[in-house]
Amino acid sequence: MKSILSPGSYYFSGDEAIAEGAIAARCGYFAGYPITPASEIVERISIRFKETGGVFIQMEDEIASICSIIGASWAGARAMTATSGPGFSLMQEGVGHAVMTETPIVIIDVQRAGPGLGQATRPASGDIMQARWGSHSDRQIIALCPWSVQEAYDQTIDAFNLAEKYRVPVILLTDEAVGHLREKMDIREDVDIFNRTKKPGAAPFGTEEDDGVPPMPTFGEREKLLVTSSTHNDYGIRKTDDPLVQAKLVSRLYSKIMNNREKIIDYDSCYMEDAEVVVVCYGFTARSALFAIEKLRGEGKKVGMFRLKTMWPFPDRLIRDIGSRAKKILVPEMNKGQVVEEVMKYASCDAILYSQTNGEDIHPNAIIEQLRRLV
Amino acid sequence: MTRDLEQYLRPGLVTAFCPGCGDGILLGLILRAIDELKINIDDMLFVSGIGCAGWIPSPNFNADTLHTLHGRTIPFATGAKMFNPKLQVMIISGDGDLADIGGNHLIHGARRNIDLTVILVNNFLYGMTGGQVACTTPMGAFTMTTTEGNPYRPFDLPKLVDAAGATYVARYSVTQPLALISSIKKAVQIKGFSFIEVLSPCPIQFGRRNQLGTPIDMIKFLMDKCIMKEEAEGLSPEELEGKIITGEFSDGRN
Repeated sequence: MKSILSPGSYYFSGDEAIAEGAIAARCGYFAGYPITPASEIVERISIRFKETGGVFIQMEDEIASICSIIGASWAGARAMTATSGPGFSLMQEGVGHAVMTETPIVIIDVQRAGPGLGQATRPASGDIMQARWGSHSDRQIIALCPWSVQEAYDQTIDAFNLAEKYRVPVILLTDEAVGHLREKMDIREDVDIFNRTKKPGAAPFGTEEDDGVPPMPTFGEREKLLVTSSTHNDYGIRKTDDPLVQAKLVSRLYSKIMNNREKIIDYDSCYMEDAEVVVVCYGFTARSALFAIEKLRGEGKKVGMFRLKTMWPFPDRLIRDIGSRAKKILVPEMNKGQVVEEVMKYASCDAILYSQTNGEDIHPNAIIEQLRRLV
Repeated sequence: MTRDLEQYLRPGLVTAFCPGCGDGILLGLILRAIDELKINIDDMLFVSGIGCAGWIPSPNFNADTLHTLHGRTIPFATGAKMFNPKLQVMIISGDGDLADIGGNHLIHGARRNIDLTVILVNNFLYGMTGGQVACTTPMGAFTMTTTEGNPYRPFDLPKLVDAAGATYVARYSVTQPLALISSIKKAVQIKGFSFIEVLSPCPIQFGRRNQLGTPIDMIKFLMDKCIMKEEAEGLSPEELEGKIITGEFSDGRN
């Protein structure tokens, strides 16, 4: 499909790029609630939707926001909300509902320093595990992690396509530093759009296909839909005391993401061929990591970078492979070590955390200093 | 006559309601109203919450249904209606769901005045979870969590929703079937937020703990308590003591 904005270079903030990415991805419904540092997304969408014909509504809270995008998704919309820490916490029950009802939605989390109200205008990466496990019980979601304004735009489009393809909530885990960063980005002429699969009369909550993703009808298509997040059979009939139905449903919801993870996972790496120390990084912190690595490469040090563009599902096999070749892995994080513990699960070599939780982005010098100790 | 309504029911299901529950009566009255309006049920979306009344449309109605999180029917319905205004959206849920946990969404829904029909079933407490106090439990009434009597006043829901700006506001009991059918028909036809509080007997959880007798006694109790608004206008405060005023409180013309 054609891009909505004319192709060319633009100077956007990360938040503005996310709003434009949603519009490019043909987001038709947005519900949100103001919160720093995500408010600019809500504001820009409210203005731009008047030009593009999307439906915008500011709800009374974040619970209402996520619930209304689930309703809109079943009415046929590509639907999104945007928030930050406290609002993301309020949305968690809705994430679980969307997982269980297999509703495609996109949630933007512009992470700020917490816990609690924390520092509204400061960046952090504290919501990585909340994105993975935030609502009760076992479930899989997809989470993406941009490091630039360009990638915030691109991954917002990816988020819609993944949500529709796998019928799952997709969370864009960005942070205040990317959200409020302004830099040049390019808009291409065409946008890849994946439209949800339709198969009239087919079971909307069960499939024998290998990908594990059933087709998705919408309200008003005479399918007499039963949408419920209670345990249900392939046709949506509640089966709240049937162990077989529960086991089958929960397993499929899990495996439709895990079995397809090689197709879902995206990453970026450089200087990896002979790297003895690998920096595994993500989000804004990866910019500092790249600067540090290039500085040390200039000094002939064998350091490399592996950047997680997809946070969840986690690239377990890639990390296992890196761990078998590298001597050490350094994981710089604006949290107390949420990703390094994931790396430790899969890497056979040492994985070392560099943690900074003062509400400031990690300076390249801090990573240079860490790397000098390790190489 | 009742056989005609079977076309609107999903085949092969058994209702989940207890003996003597008023929700089955209401289920029939809603379908009767839809039948009389000659609306194609395939053009409707029924949104329900958590609790006994949420089971009225989902899974029983043979139409599109959305069973939501506890308390959040109105936001879910708002999303569906805003994106596809052609859907005729009806929300059916209980007092605990719509007015306790979902009270904030109720007043904001009324304020926005989006074209939604809300049927709130008031059985005076939380039925499905075992009979705990709700924001609609009468002062002094006994529940599992007010074993010495409810110390708080209940909401007067039509007043609340009317003040919040709904276009159509009414209250009826399942013991007033004809008035209730015409109220549901009106609520569906009116463009804007329509709200009907429906009083419904819960003999198992409420009746038993408050010595209200058999299901038939509870029906008689509601018939005795409920008085039409027009009838109430000529009565003194003493004569109105303990009465529940029913009728239309905002008739859609504002």
